[in-house]
Amino acid sequence: MRAVLLSMRMLSREWRSGELGVLLLALTVAVAALTGVGFLVSRISATVAMQATQVLAADIRLESPQPIDAADFAAARQGGLQTARATSFLSVVFAGDQSQLTDIDAVAGGYPLRGKVTVADQAFAQGRGAVPGVPLRGEVWPDSRLLAALGGHIGSRLSIGAADFRIGRVLISRPDQGGTFTGLVPNLLMNASDLPRTQLIQPGSRVTYAALFAGVPDRIAAFKQWLGTHKRASERLRDISSTSPQIKSAVDRAGRFLSLASLVAVLLCATAVAMSARRYVGRHLDSVALLKTLGATRGFTIWLTTLQLLTVALLAAAVGSAIGFAAQEWLVYALRGLLASSALPAASLMPIGMGFLTAVALLAGFALPPLLQLSRVPAIRVLRRDIGPPRPLVLLAFGPAVAVVVLLIYWVVLDWKLFLGFTAGLAAFIALLALAGALLVMAAGRLRAGGGVAWRYGVASLSRRKAESVLQIVAFGTGIMALLLLGIIRSDLDGDWRRSLPADLPNYFFINIPPESRDAFITYLRARGAQTSRVLPMIRGRLTAIDGRSVEKLRFADHRGEEFANREQNLTWSATLGADNRVVAGRWWTAADNGQPLASISTEFEQWLGLRLGDRLTFDIAGETFTVRVASIRKVKWDSFRPNFFIVFVPGLLDKVAGTYLTSAYLAPGAAESLAKLAHRFPSVSIFDIDDLLADVRSVLDKAVLAVQSVFAFTLLAGLTVLLAAVQSSRDERRYESAILRTLGASRRTVLQGVLAEFAALGVLSGLIAAAGASVAAYFLTTRVLDLPYVFSLWACIIGLLGGGFVVVASGWLATRSVVRQPPLATLRADL
Amino acid sequence: MNINPIPKTSAQAPAVRRSVLKAEHLTKQVQSPEGLLTIVHDVSLDIASGESVAVVGPSGAGKSTLLALLAGLDLPSLGSVLLEGRDLTRLDEDGRALVRAQRVGFVFQSFHLIPSLTALENVMLPLELAGHAGARHAALETLRQVDLQERARHYPRQLSGGEQQRVALARAFVTQPAVLFADEPTGNLDAATGARIGQLLFEMNAHSRTTLVLVTHDNDLATRCERTVHMEAGGLR
Ligand SMILES: Nc1ncnc2c1ncn2[C@@H]1O[C@H](COP(=O)(O)OP(=O)(O)O)[C@@H](O)[C@H]1O
Ligand SMILES: [Mg+2]
Repeated sequence: MRAVLLSMRMLSREWRSGELGVLLLALTVAVAALTGVGFLVSRISATVAMQATQVLAADIRLESPQPIDAADFAAARQGGLQTARATSFLSVVFAGDQSQLTDIDAVAGGYPLRGKVTVADQAFAQGRGAVPGVPLRGEVWPDSRLLAALGGHIGSRLSIGAADFRIGRVLISRPDQGGTFTGLVPNLLMNASDLPRTQLIQPGSRVTYAALFAGVPDRIAAFKQWLGTHKRASERLRDISSTSPQIKSAVDRAGRFLSLASLVAVLLCATAVAMSARRYVGRHLDSVALLKTLGATRGFTIWLTTLQLLTVALLAAAVGSAIGFAAQEWLVYALRGLLASSALPAASLMPIGMGFLTAVALLAGFALPPLLQLSRVPAIRVLRRDIGPPRPLVLLAFGPAVAVVVLLIYWVVLDWKLFLGFTAGLAAFIALLALAGALLVMAAGRLRAGGGVAWRYGVASLSRRKAESVLQIVAFGTGIMALLLLGIIRSDLDGDWRRSLPADLPNYFFINIPPESRDAFITYLRARGAQTSRVLPMIRGRLTAIDGRSVEKLRFADHRGEEFANREQNLTWSATLGADNRVVAGRWWTAADNGQPLASISTEFEQWLGLRLGDRLTFDIAGETFTVRVASIRKVKWDSFRPNFFIVFVPGLLDKVAGTYLTSAYLAPGAAESLAKLAHRFPSVSIFDIDDLLADVRSVLDKAVLAVQSVFAFTLLAGLTVLLAAVQSSRDERRYESAILRTLGASRRTVLQGVLAEFAALGVLSGLIAAAGASVAAYFLTTRVLDLPYVFSLWACIIGLLGGGFVVVASGWLATRSVVRQPPLATLRADL
Repeated sequence: MNINPIPKTSAQAPAVRRSVLKAEHLTKQVQSPEGLLTIVHDVSLDIASGESVAVVGPSGAGKSTLLALLAGLDLPSLGSVLLEGRDLTRLDEDGRALVRAQRVGFVFQSFHLIPSLTALENVMLPLELAGHAGARHAALETLRQVDLQERARHYPRQLSGGEQQRVALARAFVTQPAVLFADEPTGNLDAATGARIGQLLFEMNAHSRTTLVLVTHDNDLATRCERTVHMEAGGLR
């Protein structure tokens, strides 16, 4: 109780004197960065997950060749989930004398549970949302292609099996139309209660029954578990993990960048915390010695400092998480539309808890060791000022800080590989900085003889304050590097996004183009102003064996491997490597390899099936067996929206196999009519409109850029905090000796010049190492973590060097200006 | 005040009064770059309750070191210190802190006020550390004795050197300690202010009948003490 009262009293005074300001600022920024970004990232990933589930039109989807047990629906409803069903089968649809094989989906309930069905009144027109996404009884919604093929319109009639229907709308898109473009036939949506009338579903017909479920995450998880034990062997469970990667990859990158940026901010703040804690200790040695002289026990002094720290931590956590929370709310507001607000974790008290933990962890790691050290200052110091606390064990002084940093890094990246890379890089960088600092300090000692008195005084103080100088180089260097690194990566990220999403990105995919009409088709498209991308052959084939062992007998680590092995694949062959593909292992073939048994696989295929370069893959393609060797592994940028394949064969091997072609193209808005004509002229070609998807991706990226900018602002703030702490800590050290120098007759200018010489040496060196470190780190981050091409930035180096020198000199000047201005007597008296 | 006609220079406590502080064969050695250094060498001293003793000697003689040993701020390499019968050398650091909190007061050359506390709070501090009730009232009363009640809410920075030392005096006397240690209390002050502080120190000492151990260069101060011990090169002369 005494300790509480006393510590509060001392705290309030120290607060007013600005003593704890930097400490508080550093903690607050750290907490704000971590909580704000943490929550933003989790919200973004939740949204991405949501978007991914749209492809299923549900959170989870159960598919089966037999009708799904009513008990499953009952269990789901009991578990608080929404349900819907979809029954799909192939059948020929008639209209007058026209007919077309069609994929018919009979839907019921709240279909779709996720995403939306869009419809229009004309084929290939702009779609609008239809709620619910279920046609009225007696009505059907054929898609544009079907309508073009049958030549109908809204209100005209068509028949399916034994029943007759009215065309109510034109189906433009539905969420579960198949992100992988495998639907080769037109599509039609009807009401499930009309199914019996068609008399098409007979025992033995090929029908896929799907049950759709959606709800809040933990209920979904519980139900998934229940299904795991109750579903039949023939039933297939699909969830987010089995959906398409397009938006996800871009947003994942943004998320990773944001986390790294917040981590950098936190580490910078940790440096500031350490610096201000050191300063705090230096200024409180006398007070603690005095308290002990007056009869305070060591425990009491520990209590006193701990209480003060805890108060600061509490304050920082409160203010920081409030700021973080507000920033996050603001971002969510700015990103509205992108972030679906339902189904997102509601804002809770979690950020405050996290903020408090961050603040306490930083303090415990960076401030507590020196403060515990403070409590060991002996009482005798009141008589002999040169006696400080005993030297601490290195382990105790740095152990907690290292532990906290390591934990924080892991907590933010949550990925062992990235974590190890990051920590190893950081440790190497700090070691390098410390070494360089020590060398500089040594060299400075030698250089003392040259130059004027200012220079001599400057470098002399560098080499006299050895430990401090090295520490300052490390702090400045780390700070400058972090800022440079983020600057480089941010512009890489920005540039990549702009490059990857130009306005004329292909917005239509055309598949199933017959070889004989390929050239006519492309000419037709071009004549109508479409910009086509590459045209690739598409062949269906099944993987039957790996290295001679049948895939049926193989087990795959990843369930996606299983699916790959059990399904027909789309295969292609190509002589050239697209710009959106990068060979990461092996080599791309040359003309000399034509006709050799070679194939190239994507990194996904490599990972999911656990393949290696040189593995032999056996495919069954239209009844013929092909065995090829994996010649290269490609990293594919799926978000380029150009035709891409997991497996590419060498040219000259599959030429004789019957296949079709696919391409993508950009068509200006308002192309509905020419598309309708196209569909009529090339009835077998499937057309996929991905305008909506593209619009989604564009808005995601625009908003991600905004998020990245805001987080960068946090990091800058953290950098400034470090500077402030450095300024403050060196001010104390310099006040006294500047006073003595001036008493001895040095002019203010001489003293100031000396300080500037010292800081210039510090700054240029820190800047140099920081620029080098940032370039190396940027290389690894862009290529390994963010999957971007690396561009060396000379500007970053120049900015690092000059900026580093300038900023450090400026901070030195700030630190010393007020010190030098003070009349020496005032300083000497105050310090007695 | 000088009631007992005893020799003024002596290591012996006046026989009639109870001994309050007794040092036996105190030796302090420290490790220095040149080897083991003996700063205090075989000092024995017996100080009676209420007595005032001046410790004088050239700079570097070991006076401050001896004071630190007597007050239990530091431990001797050899010998023992008995304060009111308790052997300080047998107590651990916290035990000695407790003794200091309850029985000992200090005044230093460089005032040593806590900059983040007001004059009043500085004076309250030892009372609070010793767990006394009514700290505020007692502290205000003592501040009045040093004529600083008007400045109670001022911070040390806002006070002159003499005023700061008066606050330090108030802080030293407020607990009514059994022994007051003062290390050159006027050393940092100009002559006039120093004289005033000396005056105040002896007035308060007389008022509270505290035992006083005073290290000083100031002859005036030394002669006001009942007894003077001379130190030179770590030993008593
Ligand atoms: N811990 C120590 N380490 C090294 N030398 C010390 C230490 N403590 C005191 N001394 C030396 O012992 C001598 C006596 O110091 P001190 O007691 O302060 O003398 P005085 O107060 O009489 O001027 C001085 O020369 C001082 O430098
Ligand atoms: Mg001394």
